[in-house]
Amino acid sequence: MAPFFVIYYKQSLDKYESRHEVQKVSDNSHPAPKLRIIACGMIAREVMAVNQQLGFDHIDLKCLPASYHHHPEHIAPEMDKAIIKARADGFENIFVGYADCGTGGELDKICQKHNVERIKGPHCFSFYMGNKNFEEADGDYLTTFFITDFLARHFETFMKRPLGLDKHPELREMYFAHYTKALYLAQTQDRELEQKAREAAEFLGLEYEYKYTGYGDLLDAIVPLGNDKP
Amino acid sequence: MSEEEDEIILAELDDDELVAQMHDDLYDGLKEEIVEGTNILLGRGWTPYDVLTKALVEGMRIVGIDFRDGILFVPEVLLAANAMKSGMTILRPLLAETGAPKLGSMVIGTVKGDIHDIGKNLVGMMMEGAGFDVHDIGINTDVDGYLAAIDEHKPDILGMSALLTTTMPYMKVVIDTMIEKGIRDDHTILVGGAPLNEEFGSAIGADAYCRDAAVAVETAKEFMAKKHNQMAAG
Repeated sequence: MAPFFVIYYKQSLDKYESRHEVQKVSDNSHPAPKLRIIACGMIAREVMAVNQQLGFDHIDLKCLPASYHHHPEHIAPEMDKAIIKARADGFENIFVGYADCGTGGELDKICQKHNVERIKGPHCFSFYMGNKNFEEADGDYLTTFFITDFLARHFETFMKRPLGLDKHPELREMYFAHYTKALYLAQTQDRELEQKAREAAEFLGLEYEYKYTGYGDLLDAIVPLGNDKP
Repeated sequence: MSEEEDEIILAELDDDELVAQMHDDLYDGLKEEIVEGTNILLGRGWTPYDVLTKALVEGMRIVGIDFRDGILFVPEVLLAANAMKSGMTILRPLLAETGAPKLGSMVIGTVKGDIHDIGKNLVGMMMEGAGFDVHDIGINTDVDGYLAAIDEHKPDILGMSALLTTTMPYMKVVIDTMIEKGIRDDHTILVGGAPLNEEFGSAIGADAYCRDAAVAVETAKEFMAKKHNQMAAG
C-alpha cells in the first residue's frame, strides 16, 4: 500500500487537474533538460512533494535559507547571486520559488533583470490559501498569526528560540500583543503536525484555528514548469 | 567563591558605580535591579531628570549601539526596553511634578493594516526619555486617526511606523492628505520600520527616515534645533 502522503498528493493533484485540465507531461526516454528552482527553504519540502507528484524529474531544487523569512532584506540580493550561479552552472531555465515575501518589489526587479518568473502573490500564506481567497479576505487576517507545515514542524527552532521566547516567555506580550488567533494552514493532513500547531498557538496564548489548504497556488506555479520538459 | 559573595549590593555602590551598574543591568534586561537602582538614586536626592538621562537613557543608548552593530539582537533589546520601562514607570509622575525640560512633542503610530509596534514603542520610549511629550496613537492607524491626533496634540513631530512592505506605502497617503489640507509643513515627519530606507522616506515626502530609535531621537533633536534657530532668526 502506498504511504498516506503519496495517496494524498495524488488526490490533491487529481483535484487540481480536474479544475485546470492539466495535460500531464508524458514520460519519455530523452534525458531531461534541467530546470532549476531557487526556492525559500521554508517551502523546500512542499516543492519537492509537488514535483514528485507531478512526476517531474527535470527539476533541480536549490534553496536559500529559510531564516530569510525573518530577514527579507537578504532575499533579493541573495537571489540575484543564486541566479547568476545557476546560469554559470548551465541552467537556462530558472524559476524563483518565492512570492514577494516582504521584499517590497525588490525580488521582482531581480526577476525582471534575469527574465525569470516567480510564484505569484505576496507570501506563502497567501499562495497556500489561494491568492484570490487571500485578497478577497481584504484584511480579515490582520491579527492572524499564520502557521504552515514548516512552521508547525520547526516552531521551536524557527520561532521560539530566535525570538528568545524559550528563555524569556514574558516577551510574548511584546511580540504578539495584537494578534488574536493562530491559523494553521495545513499543506498535508498530519495529526502530529496539527498537534504541534495547536501547541504553538497555545504557547503564544492565541486562539487556534485549522484550515486545510493543500499546496494551493504552489501547484499552479509549478505545473507549467512541465512545459520545459522534453 | 560562592554566588552569594559575588552578588552586588546596589545600595553599597557610590553614585558613579551605581550608574555604571545600571547601564550593565539595562544591557542584561534586569528589570528588578533597574527599579531598585532608580529608587536608590532618587533616595540619594538625584532629580528624576538626571536618573532618567544619566542612568536609563544612556544605558539604552549603549544597547542601541550594540543592536546596530549586530552584537545584540531583538530579544535582548526588548528585555532592556522592558527594564527601562519599569524605571520610567517610577520616574514619569515625578518628571511631571518637577517640570523636567521639554524638547518638543510627538504623535506616533503604526500605519493602517499593520499591527506591529515593537519599533514604534521603542522609539516612543526613547523620545520620551529624551524629553519629548509622546502621544502614542497605537497600531493600524488610518489617515483620519493621524489627522485627529495632530489636531488634538499639535505635535512638532509626526512619527509613522510600518513593518510590512504592503503597509508602508500608506505613509504616503497620510503625507499627501496633510499636503492637501495645507498642514504638511507645520510638522516634521519621521518614518521608520524594518523594510524602509532613506530612498523610500524621501520618495514619499517624509523629512527623514530613521533606521532605529537612537537615530530617531538624534534626528528629532536636530529638527527641533533647526526650528528653534529659525524662530530665533524671526
